[in-house]
Amino acid sequence: MNPNSILEVKDLHAWFGSIEVVKGISMVALEHTVTAMIGPSGCGKSTFIRCLNRLHEESPGARATGQVLLENRDIYEKKVDPVSIRRRVGMVFQKPNPFPSMSIFDNVVAGLRLAGVRRSSTLKEIVEHSLQAAALWDEVKDKLHALGTSLSGGQQQRLCIARALAVEPKVLLMDEPTSALDPISTGKIEELLTELRKKVTVIIVTHNMQQAARISDQTAFFLSGELIEFGETSQVFTAPKKEQTERYITGRFG
Amino acid sequence: MISSVLSQHMTRSYTRRKLTYRAMYALLALASLIAIIPLLSIFGYVLTRSLPGLNLAFFTHLPQPIGETNGGMANSILGTLSLILIASMIGVPWGVGVGLFLSEYPPGKLSSVVRFSADLLTSVPSIIIGLFIYTLVVIPMRRFSLLAGGIALGIIMIPTVARSTEELLKRVPMHVREAGLALGLPRWKVILRIVLLGHSRAIATGIILAIARVSGETAPLLFTSFNNQFWQRGIDQPASSLPVQIYTYAISPYEDWHQQAWAGALILVLLVFFMNLVTRYILSPRGSRK
Amino acid sequence: MERHFDTSLRELKEQLVVMASWVERAIEEATQGLQLSSLERLENVYELEKKINQSHMSVDSACLKLLALQQPLATDLRLIFAIIKINTDLERMGDQAVNISRNAREYIQAPPMKPLIDLPIMFQEVRQMVGVALDSFVKSNENLARDVLQRDDRVDALKNKIFKDTLEHLKTHADQIEQGLTLILIARNLERIGDHSTNIAEDVIFALTGEDVRHASQAATIKNVLKSSS
Repeated sequence: MNPNSILEVKDLHAWFGSIEVVKGISMVALEHTVTAMIGPSGCGKSTFIRCLNRLHEESPGARATGQVLLENRDIYEKKVDPVSIRRRVGMVFQKPNPFPSMSIFDNVVAGLRLAGVRRSSTLKEIVEHSLQAAALWDEVKDKLHALGTSLSGGQQQRLCIARALAVEPKVLLMDEPTSALDPISTGKIEELLTELRKKVTVIIVTHNMQQAARISDQTAFFLSGELIEFGETSQVFTAPKKEQTERYITGRFG
Repeated sequence: MISSVLSQHMTRSYTRRKLTYRAMYALLALASLIAIIPLLSIFGYVLTRSLPGLNLAFFTHLPQPIGETNGGMANSILGTLSLILIASMIGVPWGVGVGLFLSEYPPGKLSSVVRFSADLLTSVPSIIIGLFIYTLVVIPMRRFSLLAGGIALGIIMIPTVARSTEELLKRVPMHVREAGLALGLPRWKVILRIVLLGHSRAIATGIILAIARVSGETAPLLFTSFNNQFWQRGIDQPASSLPVQIYTYAISPYEDWHQQAWAGALILVLLVFFMNLVTRYILSPRGSRK
Repeated sequence: MERHFDTSLRELKEQLVVMASWVERAIEEATQGLQLSSLERLENVYELEKKINQSHMSVDSACLKLLALQQPLATDLRLIFAIIKINTDLERMGDQAVNISRNAREYIQAPPMKPLIDLPIMFQEVRQMVGVALDSFVKSNENLARDVLQRDDRVDALKNKIFKDTLEHLKTHADQIEQGLTLILIARNLERIGDHSTNIAEDVIFALTGEDVRHASQAATIKNVLKSSS
């Protein structure tokens, strides 16, 4: 196997009740790359990435089988605690979701503090570091104790990125992180991604084909729970190998 | 041709719509005004009847036997506050706990039974709750007590607090919980530290409303805390409370006691009124900001 | 599902085909003008070139607009990319037709040198090559496009033969050096038109398959070198 592979998925299946929504996916994400997941709504791409931090199983009636090797260890092994996995695989959601009634500062350190990190000098350092990594520090450094929810949508989303980065994950999953944002905020987050990939491996679900083309190294095209095509982004968007991919990205679907 | 006919028609129908709108508005405004009249008249009546009886002694003195002046309801005010305290100690954690169970754990048979029971319990007449505590607490203890009254009011609070907590937490978007889980926090920590603490103000509102509701309850107290004309001597002793004291005085034949009952009524109304105001303040945008 | 974008693409393609037909006519007029010593027909090339130039600009701006507004991907992107390049090739072919026309005028106004033998064959060959290249675009036919690539070698060989024969002839007829040079220039113009046809065919193959067949031999050489060195 590739020495740089950080996440390797083998024959992953996921169900909601008796409905199979992810049907045997295998793929590899290399360290410090951005992988984009594209596909029509309901194709299973969101469920797929929610399996990568074992969040899928938190939904009622949901289960998953298969292997997900995170740094060569299967996160679906029986004795693995899902909570420990989620500290290594962070996630940013579609809607900005800072914790209610928590300040910007508290939001960033929420994961650490609730995990038992108490030293205020350490926390302060991490807050500055994470907010800088999320390109938000300059905008909020003078109001760290304002409510997280008082920020604008784009700032809230970057706050959520900072919050996810604060626990220093290896992999960052992003589920349509810019779909609720205006173009300026979207642009900022896309810029940010090119910086972030130096620290983490990013797997991002997006409905915006141009976004996938701009920011990712690999692109995976999902359709009805199956991985139709997975390859270099430049290849997928200029000369896709599969007819279905072609039809989807040129908008000829249906 | 057609467009001119259409525009003529539009102009006419617009005028008619405007008129209808104004008429309906006036009608609804009038109905609302009429609805406030009972509230205002009750408050005004209580105020005029109680003012002559209100003095410092009312707040500091014990009730006096008939014929003696300077009687007060100090013990009843204190009793009501103690009852509320005990009731809250039982009703709040229990109610919030049930609310959490209903909103945070996957819906199943148990949760639907619990939800249905809570709804039933809300509609059970409070006097039945009083009887229930009478058999459960008063008879074994062989006496009426502050504790029994507190328990009765606490039980009345549970379903209200539970349902308001549940409704509130259900409105917390799923992705906020998932954000917590995705940070590697165990579920219970997410529920307690993020969901519950994050919405403590709104939950407090539900609690205050429940308290306001039970603080005026009279019937269940007749079988549980009963009444007491002296200072409270212990949690296991009968306790005076404003609603029961008002009831006792109001049905007596003495003019002086009637006067006192009116004053007690005013205090009770003000207490409930005040709690509602506090709720309003908490809920207002001004109050919800740090 | 027919997209609005498909209509725009079709219109663009049609515009390019019209332009291509002018280019074909320009080449036809230039070569026939020389063969038949008709100044009138040579003159027609200038009119056609004006039209070609206008079309060149309007196709470019239409492509730019589609790129900016539709942000095409995959086949759509490859098609527009190919159209932009074919557009440039066609414009150059128009220029070459003008060059031929200019050189032909000089050639037929000077005293005759010798009967033209290979040049008419080359005319034929290049006209066919252009025709097949444009056909492959119109019909989106990969086989036709690959056929064009084969023809290029024949055109090159003809050009070399004309060069050699003319030089040979000039060794004994030093007084005809100007006509000889004009002849060589015309052969060279024709060869360039052939090259542009090859480019068009390569663009058509890329648009259809995503495969880059340009400099194929060169790429193969590099691959072999890498393989043998590793």
